[in-house]
Amino acid sequence: MNVVTPFEGIGASVRRKEDVRFLSGRGQYTDDINRPGQAHAWILRSQHAHARIQGIDTAAAAAMPGVVAIYTSADLAAIGGLPCGWQIHNKDGSPMAEPKHPVLAEGKVRHVGDPIAVVIAETRAQARDAAEAIIVDFEVLPAVSQTTAALAADAPRVHDDVAGNLCYDWHIGDKGAVDAAFAAAAHRVVFETTNQRLVPNAMEPRCAVGDYDTTTGEHTLFTTSQNPHVIRLLMGAFVLQIPEAKLRVVAPDVGGGFGSKIYHYAEEAIVTWAAAKLGRAVKWTADRTEAFMSDAHGRDHVTRAELALDKEGTFLGLRVLTHANMGAYLSTFAPCVPTYLYATLLAGVYSTPAIYAEVKAVFTHTVPVDAYRGAGRPEATYLLERLVDVAAKQCGFDRVKLRRRNFIATDAFPYQTPVALQYDSGDYFSTLDQALKTADWAGFEARRAEARMRGKLRGIGISTYLEACGIAPSAVVGSLGARAGLYEVGVIRVHPTGSVTVLTGAHSHGQGHETTFAQLVADKLGVPIANVDIVHGDTAKVPFGMGTYGSRSLAVGGSAMDKAMDKIIAKAKRIAAHLMEASVEDVEFERGTFRVAGTDKTKTLTDVSLAAYVPHNYPIDEIEPGLEETAFYDPKNFTYPGGCHIAEVEIEMETGRVSMVNFTAVDDVGRVINPMIVEGQVQGGVAQGIGQALLEACVYDQDGQLMSGSMMDYTMPRADDLAPVSVATHTTLCTHNPLGVKGCGEVGAIGSPPAVINAVVDALRDYGVEHIEMPATAPKIWSIIHGKSV
Amino acid sequence: MYDFAYHKPASVADAVKLLAADPDAKPISGGHTLLPALKHRLNKPSALVDLSGIAEMKGIRREGNSLIIGALTKHVEVAKSDVVKAAIPALAYMASHIGDNQVRNRGTIGGSVSNNDPAADYPAAVLGLGATIHTSKRKIAADDFFQGMFTTALEEGEILVAIEFPIPEKAGYAKLKNPASRYVMAGAFISKGPAGLRVAINGAGPCVFRQSDMEAALGRNWSADAVAGVKQSADGLNSDIHGSAEYRAHLVTVMAKRAVAAAG
Repeated sequence: MNVVTPFEGIGASVRRKEDVRFLSGRGQYTDDINRPGQAHAWILRSQHAHARIQGIDTAAAAAMPGVVAIYTSADLAAIGGLPCGWQIHNKDGSPMAEPKHPVLAEGKVRHVGDPIAVVIAETRAQARDAAEAIIVDFEVLPAVSQTTAALAADAPRVHDDVAGNLCYDWHIGDKGAVDAAFAAAAHRVVFETTNQRLVPNAMEPRCAVGDYDTTTGEHTLFTTSQNPHVIRLLMGAFVLQIPEAKLRVVAPDVGGGFGSKIYHYAEEAIVTWAAAKLGRAVKWTADRTEAFMSDAHGRDHVTRAELALDKEGTFLGLRVLTHANMGAYLSTFAPCVPTYLYATLLAGVYSTPAIYAEVKAVFTHTVPVDAYRGAGRPEATYLLERLVDVAAKQCGFDRVKLRRRNFIATDAFPYQTPVALQYDSGDYFSTLDQALKTADWAGFEARRAEARMRGKLRGIGISTYLEACGIAPSAVVGSLGARAGLYEVGVIRVHPTGSVTVLTGAHSHGQGHETTFAQLVADKLGVPIANVDIVHGDTAKVPFGMGTYGSRSLAVGGSAMDKAMDKIIAKAKRIAAHLMEASVEDVEFERGTFRVAGTDKTKTLTDVSLAAYVPHNYPIDEIEPGLEETAFYDPKNFTYPGGCHIAEVEIEMETGRVSMVNFTAVDDVGRVINPMIVEGQVQGGVAQGIGQALLEACVYDQDGQLMSGSMMDYTMPRADDLAPVSVATHTTLCTHNPLGVKGCGEVGAIGSPPAVINAVVDALRDYGVEHIEMPATAPKIWSIIHGKSV
Repeated sequence: MYDFAYHKPASVADAVKLLAADPDAKPISGGHTLLPALKHRLNKPSALVDLSGIAEMKGIRREGNSLIIGALTKHVEVAKSDVVKAAIPALAYMASHIGDNQVRNRGTIGGSVSNNDPAADYPAAVLGLGATIHTSKRKIAADDFFQGMFTTALEEGEILVAIEFPIPEKAGYAKLKNPASRYVMAGAFISKGPAGLRVAINGAGPCVFRQSDMEAALGRNWSADAVAGVKQSADGLNSDIHGSAEYRAHLVTVMAKRAVAAAG
């Protein structure tokens, strides 16, 4: 019997169904999967940033105990390189440079960690032992790791056929209009900054298990992926030439991704290929050291921005030049990050009438860079929100008033920006007002004075931001170079006794989908969430799917479910009409109950589902038995969450150490399904944003050696680095999806870094500081306070 | 890690014998430095001699004006010991701030001092209190024990058995942690007592060292202000992506001030 409690539907903070297994150590992660007869792979990786491979001698290694096989690129001649999923075009219309990304290095290694050979052995330790016995004859070559240095005329080339290491030179916006705006401006403000490279560091390192059924010719890949169907498509079609029907990709429980598990990686292709070649399963699991040098990194922009303002502070024009580091090869979605996920966001929440941005993407001898929580939008938001603060300071405007003056008016939606996007809804004034009040902005100066008595410099910073997520309309992204559609798939299967299985192409790796999606079903069909099972992450079970990233799961995947539920209700109404001997037009449905309008004649969803599967009294000539529907939902637009983040920090004057003392987030994420999960998502995102602002930096030396290759040197944020985060929402509904939802996965990481840096700069206001680069570490701040060079 | 033999002797004598018989064997106690090195294949001992079963290397006791701590004593045991808290509260405080819970429940004082990591905590207490190292064959004064980065006066096969701390009139410790590793960026352990007036600096240089200018200043005037005026030279100090030598030199003075204030 389906009895829904009112507390399980949309808006209820129900506890996460999946947490019982996660918190009790009973999750099933890829590394928990072991296949009969499984062998183990170890990847020999380059210790050089750039070298020519003169020869590889595997003879001694092959003779080591337990070794099953050793493969190098010579063995992979028949398979393709790793494909790139997005093609950007240069200003002149020509396509970007797209050098081959071999599965194993061909002739050259191009970054520390570049895979050279794979050893497969009976145990992982034996494979590793043998890998150490492989002799590679390297001719070490000069390398370049820094974005701007790579463009120098005499810089070492990453790819022989890519002149000047330039992947593309792209632009967007109206250059003429911006030039005119600057000519007419009363104020022109210049701001230069680096958005530093980050290492995603999901808690679970990547893992892949390849299996092959010699009797059926079926390949199976278990992998730590955010999007198993995408991996099946990319690897099957472009790398290994395996038809979909013969390739199953399973992404079971996945311990965090943050973007780094979107991409198709070499190791997935290696274990799948080797399993078929050897006729036995092959497993590879990264250790943390490998994660640092083989997971796609994030950010890494160098930017110069100029803002034109009139006398009163109205923004007239914005001009941006960004150099984006792609690393040594193009990761799956790398080219779109600094273009369509970045430059299109440069209007932010402001009605700047003219914007022109140029982006030069460059190759360097470093790990490939791709989308990392927020992907392009944190870079745009950071640039804009720091620039507004710099402008306020330079031109003498109040930073809050300057923002408010330039906000897009609440009645101006839909609002067309000068950089392609059309925002459907938002209310930036309300999120600002609510945040100012919650953070007690007005009372800050008293807190600053009190802190000064304790030897602390206290600062407060604000960021009013917007992002575009719920990606994305397939036709739009296709016209912009995407080589995929970005719809989502939902299947609703109502079982005979009324419980429901949902198949979704979205993939949960920490987001709580098993709960949130069940709440959608509870709300609409009236089925208790305990009777709703969410199935994801297996191409053999789910028809298709584009996966989870870009805060799209609910906006796109949830909408697909909603659409499928509409189909269920439509069919079920016809069945109910038959059972109640009424006209279908007279049947109403609400949360599990069908009613003949204006009467007390009712049937439950269970009555209907039972009839559908046991069709004794059933209009069999008119309606097929069964109650299962599939919907593909292609979004009409991006969704546009936004809001206001306020950070408050204290700096210890003696050491320069920054402490977060308070953080306020007021976000508009559209309709909220589970407030507790939204709060958790925002808190996690803010933690990563604080990490970028104060702690994290992936550092390469000039020669391309990774200086921050372990947790000893890469500063991940910990609980005591963070502040209490106050999370609130102020909702305007998305106007173009059926749920009115916008997405909450990335807002925390997007809105927070500039708020934190604005607070640090504010704390240092007496020292004439205009800017401090991320991460704002203690030595950097100490050098400002004490007038030393860093 | 590579394969190795494993021994678990029950006495110091047996442990010494095992180590003497195999020059490539290594002693292990909490394993907080050695195990990660083994996992990363940075170290390839033929055998591990696990000291954890040796009763004579355990325990905390007060003998007259000395506190004697067995080498196998875990950080958490020092931190929570009423004997330590009563005799040298600064030492208990230090132990309670080493690493995290997991580290404090595995790591041992003997392992930390024998390893002499420049960014470890305990060497500063040993040098700053003028302790005496008891080994399997002799006693070594702290001033002679720490010889350089990861280098001590311990000879091959010699085992640190216990550390004897003279109980000071007052002592204090302060440090700034490396934000990533949470090891010491710069720290100061300062004491006044039977071993004299001592200022030991850890984290900042390649090896823990005594800051004699600060000792002199405190001798003239025991106060935080006295050390505040003493500048540490940046020459020879550590410099890395987390902080320059100049920054660390500055921190030495700040931490010394705080250590004096903590000592009271």
